[in-house]
Amino acid sequence: MKRLLVCAALLAPLAVPAPARAEGRLKWSMELSAEGRYFPDDAAYAGQSDDNASASVSALPEVYYEWSRDGSLTFTPFGRWDSLDDERSHADIRELAVQQRLGNFDLRVGVSRVFWGVTESAHLVDIINQTDLVENLDGEDKLGQPMVMLSWTTDYGVFTAFGLPYFRERTLPGAEGRFRSQFAYAEDDAIYESGAEQRHFDAALRWSLSTSLFDLGISHFSGTGREPRFAPRVHTEDPGALASLIGQLGLDGLLRRIATQGDPDVQIDLVPVYDLIDQTGLDLNVVTGGWIWKLEAIHQSSRGPDYTAVAGGFEYTFFSVFDSSWDIGVLTEYLWDSRRDDPQPELTADDLDGDMLPPQIYPPLFQNDLFFGTRLSANDVAGTELLAGMVVDLDHNGAFGNVEASRRIGNDSKLSLELRVFDGSDPQDPLSLLRQDDYLQLEYTYYF
Amino acid sequence: MSSRLLPRIAATLLTLGVAWSAQAETPEEKGLAIAQEADRRAEGYGDTSVTMQMILRNRAGDESVREIRSRSLEVADDGDKSLIIFDEPKDVEGTALLTFSHKTADDDRWLYLPALKRVKRIAGRNKSGPFMGSEFSFEDLGSQEIEKYTYKYLRNETLDGQDCFVIERYPVEQDSGYTRQVAWIDTAEYRTQKVDFYDRKETLLKTLTTSGYQQYLDKYWRPDRMDMVNHQTGKSTTLLFKDYVFGNGYTDRDFDQASLKTAR
Repeated sequence: MKRLLVCAALLAPLAVPAPARAEGRLKWSMELSAEGRYFPDDAAYAGQSDDNASASVSALPEVYYEWSRDGSLTFTPFGRWDSLDDERSHADIRELAVQQRLGNFDLRVGVSRVFWGVTESAHLVDIINQTDLVENLDGEDKLGQPMVMLSWTTDYGVFTAFGLPYFRERTLPGAEGRFRSQFAYAEDDAIYESGAEQRHFDAALRWSLSTSLFDLGISHFSGTGREPRFAPRVHTEDPGALASLIGQLGLDGLLRRIATQGDPDVQIDLVPVYDLIDQTGLDLNVVTGGWIWKLEAIHQSSRGPDYTAVAGGFEYTFFSVFDSSWDIGVLTEYLWDSRRDDPQPELTADDLDGDMLPPQIYPPLFQNDLFFGTRLSANDVAGTELLAGMVVDLDHNGAFGNVEASRRIGNDSKLSLELRVFDGSDPQDPLSLLRQDDYLQLEYTYYF
Repeated sequence: MSSRLLPRIAATLLTLGVAWSAQAETPEEKGLAIAQEADRRAEGYGDTSVTMQMILRNRAGDESVREIRSRSLEVADDGDKSLIIFDEPKDVEGTALLTFSHKTADDDRWLYLPALKRVKRIAGRNKSGPFMGSEFSFEDLGSQEIEKYTYKYLRNETLDGQDCFVIERYPVEQDSGYTRQVAWIDTAEYRTQKVDFYDRKETLLKTLTTSGYQQYLDKYWRPDRMDMVNHQTGKSTTLLFKDYVFGNGYTDRDFDQASLKTAR
């Protein structure tokens, strides 16, 4: 597979010589953002910052050079500083890639980003890039992924092969940060199933077809899964104290106590565990009039439990309502995950292997959930938009509310608002981990 | 025999008919014949690219400016394909809209959002909605196909010193924002000079005036400027066209998903 891909990548340029055109074009741009977040509730866990507000600034410059209609280079670094969470202060190369068209082939080499998928409330199929989770919980911010991507456009759809020679670890909130579980993450100590660790060569194939009626994509990924499991790790200077605490409270009780009030003798952190996986995905849009029907489905197999997940629904848009320029979209999606019924074994002292506990199988966030929302577009000069939605957990009565609104100011800047509310009262619902992390965010972005 | 040929023969006969025996022709037939002749003259352009500046004015006269690049490809027996790339305002820079228009069915539209690297299918049903907050709607800017209207010839009239046919056209589509349009088409070159748009309540909504026509490839006329005035809101939009290029050698490959994702 690997060799085949490399051969294809090397041979393609020979097969179709690129036409020489002298129409070089250089563009550059820069986005500077200032962001403030307000958390009405105090943080839930020991070690988190007491601050109820945070400030952050970020920069996203971009240089684009096009040497012909068929070839270009893009360089997009990114950096952020955050007042509350050191792990959120980070930098990345979002893109540093050469793109070249060769007849019916499109070749991209370098660090880049690729998005697959159609649904609004979950991104199941999207797997090429690692999530830059500290940027935003919605998983839409991605780290740059080193890749060789070759697409072949035919009358029977587009066939794309990806060679992914280097793995990017998910960014995770720091100990002081919000949006984490009860224990801090040991993000620097990740464990890999593959002996090659980050140098494992991952590969993916995708076929997609677009017609008037539908857009269909079928994909397969083989390599290190982007989503980690977490193994609790126990730190202590005093093994005697640990043994007596386990004897007193049981391991599960000890974990709960450390989560809520901390312990002077024993600390716990969570080590990310990255498994080798095979994931097959399907994404489908069906378009009829003002209706867009959406479906995403994946099946994943690995050394952990295999699972299937589905998200599907529709978006219907009422255009120019009441003779105004406003469009109102109505969205509904149902989310399902086969892991909903997997039992959660209680940890005991026997599970402790050295200082490590086995990777925990958290139930998925959306396993039998209903999303409904609305998208309002004013179609005005300021490009005013609002997306409001709610995901209701039909198993646990939890709910997640989300409002995103934005408006252009003048020609060069934009104001965005984001409100997220987590209502997870059932401790079985992973949403309950975020129950204290409701926030209101205001972001001002200036475009150069 | 191509299905396109029959209407063409019909158009030629009808045009001849206009000259020969105007009395024998109904106003509907004459209106259709004028539209067909205008369409025939615009046919065969192949492909074009153009840079557009869109100036939006509110009632108080405050202006905001959008910069757009547009590529289009003529498709035999169907509506044109177009790819529009936004340069300004800067928050939407790199956003691109791919449209496959159809003679009567809804357009196929895909929107590329560069921040997410995401291609989003959007409903092609939207016709009357404003394009980028301007006074132009999607149907105003879309591929003008004969089949999208029925026609009626009203009269001849002189507009700015040019002899014009004045025809009325009625959108076939239920979703159109208009009940009718009155168009002034010059008799010399069959170019649209002015259009009055009447909304669903039959009141005058907008007026489009087109100016600065220039001829390309010794055949195809393109305007340098379009002005759309909304009589009901007092807002207006000016579209300035520059750098028209014909014969770019575009193919279907330049209007597919891969092109949408790499358009800049």
